[in-house]
Amino acid sequence: MPMKLLTSAVFAGVAAGLIAALLQFTFVTSSLLEGELYEAGAKVHFAVDGSPQSPRGGAEIDFAAEPMRYVMTMAFNVVTYVGFGFLLVALMALAEARGLTKITPRQGLIWGIAGFIAIQLAPAIGQPPVLPGSIGADIGPRQAWWMATLLTAGLAMWLLAFGRGLLPLLAVPLLLAPQLVGAPTLDTYFGVTPAELAAQFSAMSLGYAAAGWAALGFFAAYFYTREAA
Amino acid sequence: MTTQTVATTNTSTASIVFAAAAGMMLLFFSGYAQATILHDAAHDQRHAMAFPCH
Repeated sequence: MPMKLLTSAVFAGVAAGLIAALLQFTFVTSSLLEGELYEAGAKVHFAVDGSPQSPRGGAEIDFAAEPMRYVMTMAFNVVTYVGFGFLLVALMALAEARGLTKITPRQGLIWGIAGFIAIQLAPAIGQPPVLPGSIGADIGPRQAWWMATLLTAGLAMWLLAFGRGLLPLLAVPLLLAPQLVGAPTLDTYFGVTPAELAAQFSAMSLGYAAAGWAALGFFAAYFYTREAA
Repeated sequence: MTTQTVATTNTSTASIVFAAAAGMMLLFFSGYAQATILHDAAHDQRHAMAFPCH
């Protein structure tokens, strides 16, 4: 029985992690690299020469120059998605053990999207994915807010899916509460990177995470139901 | 029958807890651990996943 959870989480995490890494290299990495140019001062937005704009681009992914960096990014995508895969199959098994549902691969897709909403989207509403070079509030309060937000949003997803009677309505205050409290922010703007680049990075990161989570949910349920047969 | 059910439930509860703990350990390692070598290796991925780590 533990074997089933172990193998489905690992297989699903590896599959989703590799897909996510591929998407990250294709869509996210170049804006991250460009952000690092501003972080390091190699590029300066609104340079002192008085020019009102900065040229776009100038940072392309180069596997040959930094192979370890990209191997590590791929490896950590896999580790992260295996980690989330364990949590996802644990919850799937819990839902089945309590007679709340019968898992199917198609349903797994919904589980994955719910995971994306809870773990990525809800925290990102208050703390968008940050480009290198961004300065944020103190790390401690940000981590606390992030953790509280994904836990309340995760509980909200569970209540929406499985809550009896009026319980699903509790999802509304659970989703709103962290945003009403508000994520920790600074009183000033420090960004050295162009706003357009930071926005593009945030949006691309969320898209990448949505696809990764959808793949994770599908594969987790697929391997979970296969192993069960 | 009753005994059987209880035994099955116990096994699956233990494995659910085990899976959840394994997941959290991996996520601590990939998303949170501050050791410089880990941080640098995981850097790009942590940014893209919006893990608040620095």
